[in-house]
Amino acid sequence: MSQAVVAKLKQEFPAAVVGIVEHRGEITVTVNKDDIVAVCTYLKDSAGYNFLCDLCGVDYLGTEPRFMVVYNLYNIESKERLRVKAAVSEDDCCIDTVSGVWSTANWPERECWDMFGIVFNDHPDLRRILMPADWEGYPLRKDYPLQGPDREPYQGRLS
Amino acid sequence: MATKKTMTINMGPQHPSTHGVLQLVLELDGETVVKAVPHVGFLHRGVEKLAENRSYHRALPLTDRLDYLAPMSNNLGYVLAVEKLLGITDEIPQRAKVVRVMMTEITRIKSHLVWLATHALDIGAMTVFLYCFRERELIMDMYEKISGARMTSNYFRVGGLSEDLPAGFEQDVKAFIDAMPGHLETYEGLLTGNKIWQKRTRNIGYISAEDAIDIGLTGPALRASGVDWDLRRDNPYSGYEEYDFKVITREGGDTFDRYTARLDEMRESCKIIQQCLDKLEDGPILADTPAVCLPPKKDVLNSIEGLIHHFKIVTDGFKPEPGEIYQGIEAPKGELGFYMVSDGSANPYRMKIRPPSFVNLQALPQMIEGTMIADVVALIGTLDIVLGEIDR
Repeated sequence: MSQAVVAKLKQEFPAAVVGIVEHRGEITVTVNKDDIVAVCTYLKDSAGYNFLCDLCGVDYLGTEPRFMVVYNLYNIESKERLRVKAAVSEDDCCIDTVSGVWSTANWPERECWDMFGIVFNDHPDLRRILMPADWEGYPLRKDYPLQGPDREPYQGRLS
Repeated sequence: MATKKTMTINMGPQHPSTHGVLQLVLELDGETVVKAVPHVGFLHRGVEKLAENRSYHRALPLTDRLDYLAPMSNNLGYVLAVEKLLGITDEIPQRAKVVRVMMTEITRIKSHLVWLATHALDIGAMTVFLYCFRERELIMDMYEKISGARMTSNYFRVGGLSEDLPAGFEQDVKAFIDAMPGHLETYEGLLTGNKIWQKRTRNIGYISAEDAIDIGLTGPALRASGVDWDLRRDNPYSGYEEYDFKVITREGGDTFDRYTARLDEMRESCKIIQQCLDKLEDGPILADTPAVCLPPKKDVLNSIEGLIHHFKIVTDGFKPEPGEIYQGIEAPKGELGFYMVSDGSANPYRMKIRPPSFVNLQALPQMIEGTMIADVVALIGTLDIVLGEIDR
């Protein structure tokens, strides 16, 4: 079923779909970030993926483009999942918001901005959500130290 | 003509009925809430960052601390995700699967009991609080018996369970589920027909099915709006397809419906637990995958091979092949999801938790706005949030 949706998606957006990977029975479609809103609108309205389970960022430090924004979708009718990803580079660290497609994207996008510094264009309320408003840096980036800024790395217990 | 003035007040983060450290900035026009802005993050501990820096086995105890009212559900979500990442889902022995289902259903009752207790207390019904905590104490004792801890159980393992059930445990469970329906009737007797309870919950915090899906509600809160969706039935995991249970839905979508839906869910949980007891047979509790599973403690203490095996798994861990998976389970509060990325090393490259409370809390402003300030506590209660998993 999901395969059919992916084939249709590829037909509909030949330029947008850049990769399809299957791992452990789950399909991940990578799309161009410029087309993310169009792809998500299509998947919601025409393919029935009416529920956005989760949205998050992943930092692939050392590769180009550096970030991935991951959308885990669910179809409540057919009970199927589909994952859509879009790559975001560090220099142009922004992607269009999908909060117009699913309202539930609002907070996860704020969290993604808070943790990775990825800007969501046209987001209605892009503020930090978990960290304090005046926090500097993006904690879930791979080059952000685990122990926090300006602290010696943890060396283990002395006794 | 006096201009209409609104007043802004802070509710929380130090407020007993925000169920933790939730801050709500309320804009009031008299007693009516015009606008509500939730602020979260006061309990942020960086669980996802911590998990990226430790091996898969060592990240498991972190999950207990997410939804601390339902630790075993979090454990289950995590171990299922790691098992899927490893591709050993089919190798989990039957006994381990049954015990997992049994314990997560007990956990569902435990979580719903705290929800009912605090929800009723917020609205002013003190007696129910005391009764619910009396029953919850029995579950805490069960937790202590099987894992040694009352709250942070850390009982499941990647591949199975940490230990087998202690002797006589089944009798405890049986006594509990036999008594539970009677207790539920007591709660209902105190609340359902109660005029004050009805006034405080009926038609309060209505949310339609479309709005609920759009804002991302899951779990009983979604089903009370009429959406028939339960991951236990629709995307079964850990052998849920073998159990016979009803998915509880309601049509009204208000606070009263969410209340009755959760009560009926507890009854269904009791049925599932009974089926678990019937299915429980002797057998192994860990998958036969020595590269992944910790050896039994007896072997570690008595043989050099067992000790080396234990040492290798604790120090080196195991390395799932690169890839990414998403595993969602029906936790007491809604869909708990783990999105895991492996880069082929012994640590998760990325572990994203999809906490049900975080997404459900998003619906709060929409439900609050236009209601009276006294209903705010009722609506926080009806969403059943836990700040431990919102802030992670």
